[in-house]
Amino acid sequence: MATRQLFFNAALREALLEEMAADPRVILLGEDVAVYGGVYKVSQGLLERFGPDRVRDTPISEAAIVGAGVGAAMQGLRPVVEIMYADFIPIALDQIVNQAALMYFVSGGTVHVPLVIRTQGGSGSNAGPQHSKSLEAWFAHIPGLKVVAPSTPAEGKALLKAAIRDDNPVIFYEHKLLYRTVGPVSDEEVAIPLGQAAVKRPGSAVTLVAWSRMVLEALKAAEALAQEGIEAEVVDLRSLCPLDETTLFGSVRKTNRAVVVQEAWRTGGFGAEVASRIQEHCFDDLDGPVLRVAGMDAPIPFSPALEKKVAPSAADVADAARRLCRGPARR
Amino acid sequence: MPRSVDYRRIYRLMLRTRYLEEAIVQEHKQGKTFGPLHLCIGQEAAGVAASAVLAAEDVITTTHRGHAHYIGKGLDLKRLCCEIWGKAEGTGQGRAGHMLVVDRGTGILPGSGIVGGGLPVAVGEALAFQIKREPRVVVAFLGDGASNSGAFHESLNLAGLWRLPVVFFCEHNVYGLTVHVKDHLSVQDIAVRAQGYNMPGLVVDGNRMEEVAPVVLAAVERALSGAGPSLIEAKTYRLHGFSTSDTGGYQREEDLAAWRARDPIRLGADYLLSTGLTTQAEVETMDRQARAEVSAAVAYALAAADPVEVLVPSAVFKE
Repeated sequence: MATRQLFFNAALREALLEEMAADPRVILLGEDVAVYGGVYKVSQGLLERFGPDRVRDTPISEAAIVGAGVGAAMQGLRPVVEIMYADFIPIALDQIVNQAALMYFVSGGTVHVPLVIRTQGGSGSNAGPQHSKSLEAWFAHIPGLKVVAPSTPAEGKALLKAAIRDDNPVIFYEHKLLYRTVGPVSDEEVAIPLGQAAVKRPGSAVTLVAWSRMVLEALKAAEALAQEGIEAEVVDLRSLCPLDETTLFGSVRKTNRAVVVQEAWRTGGFGAEVASRIQEHCFDDLDGPVLRVAGMDAPIPFSPALEKKVAPSAADVADAARRLCRGPARR
Repeated sequence: MPRSVDYRRIYRLMLRTRYLEEAIVQEHKQGKTFGPLHLCIGQEAAGVAASAVLAAEDVITTTHRGHAHYIGKGLDLKRLCCEIWGKAEGTGQGRAGHMLVVDRGTGILPGSGIVGGGLPVAVGEALAFQIKREPRVVVAFLGDGASNSGAFHESLNLAGLWRLPVVFFCEHNVYGLTVHVKDHLSVQDIAVRAQGYNMPGLVVDGNRMEEVAPVVLAAVERALSGAGPSLIEAKTYRLHGFSTSDTGGYQREEDLAAWRARDPIRLGADYLLSTGLTTQAEVETMDRQARAEVSAAVAYALAAADPVEVLVPSAVFKE
């Protein structure tokens, strides 16, 4: 199968373009998505291709953007709305939590909301505390929302297409540092269902669980650990909801150790949910505690000197894995 | 159902709304209701007339105080009562409650118990109608309280900007929960806020169905013509508390008396009789019928089966 090397943002753009070409119900709404093509250029050229009816710049009105997506979805369109920074999502939270997530349930399954909310988060660009957060756990907490957080261009493309075709509201979480990463993307249609994790590197000594950009750090850590004779297995969850417990538990039962890696704040993060599920289901298989490597419980600071300290690095992940693997075995 | 003004029908639906809510009060006194129930007694002309003039294919987004809207849009009383009493045959299978009625068949899409929360959704539905070139409109209900929410201002701006087929219908009932408008509203007439969003703002007497219905229909026709949204403010008054859990004490007796003297049900009957649209005998027949319909629906709901399971297959996500 022929592939091309594509940037993450270009791969997402291909997903939008292909889905819009295939389905006239797909529309785009958001700040700067039309004329400018999105601040990360994910929707570049789509206005010219599909016209102003289907690709619309909006006012800086996050509640109205998401609400418009919910309403249009209820009336037969399949909107993809963009919230430029995840940090702006709190303004639209009522529409997500009290409208989009509830509609199917409260209508007894007669009204559904096929809406994708693309948003961008994460630290590492010196954007400061109001433009750097990782808030994916908020949405995984809400019944009725699906949450996707890919780590590579190929998976970003396939999962965005799957999100657009899904009949439920999907939060599509993009890490800002991934946009300029490059990877092979097939020339052909690749389908990845929501809720399917991937083993990104096989190993036998410890499972490193991650999603979004932290997968790249986990892979770097696994590389370093391999030099020391510790074979780490890296599981990329890809979607937090639905969560692929089969792949996750299968890996932990093989390696008997797990480190969960997240960029988001440690307290109440999705990593806590993953760790909890592992110990509930794999307790007898574990040779040690499920460790978390997570963001520091502090607002994301602006100064580059400080910012680099709050998000986990590959070295932090490797340290945790070493502690777990070299500690006294329980059996 | 085509768009039209049929005052006899509006009046019948107002009676249904009034008797339903009086029945709720009675059941509540006997401890036979669940949760806070929000009544629109005194506001029926506004709520019913604004929804009853619409076509079946038009939609409404409503509020926590939505009984008049539901009934005006044609929702079956038994299904409504089953939702009010949390029964399996309710519009939401008992999952939603009376604040969040959603019914695709009659175009109640959606209710919202979050003040102002339905307005952005209404804008999105109107956007879909515009993009699909469908000759349909949305009437988005709100109260005076919601007109102070960010969602209201974001929604009116977007609707005005894109000239969407939506009519914002504000029932100004003087109180946001217990707070009088003099303490929560910066303007006398909410309708003036329309000027900021490139749409007409109109004030009507919300206790007279004959004032509400033609103004709404004209705004609907304007929206259908592509001329864009309108904001209509219906001046009315909430004769009961915020909800059945309201302990009261903040509504002035002289205000209540003045507004009771302008009861929309009586004004409605007066209009039908003075215009010769109906006779005293027919008014009495309509009254008896409405009482009987409500009694039957409430009895049906009280006896209906409870829902059983929460997580039935496909309850939370569409497969």
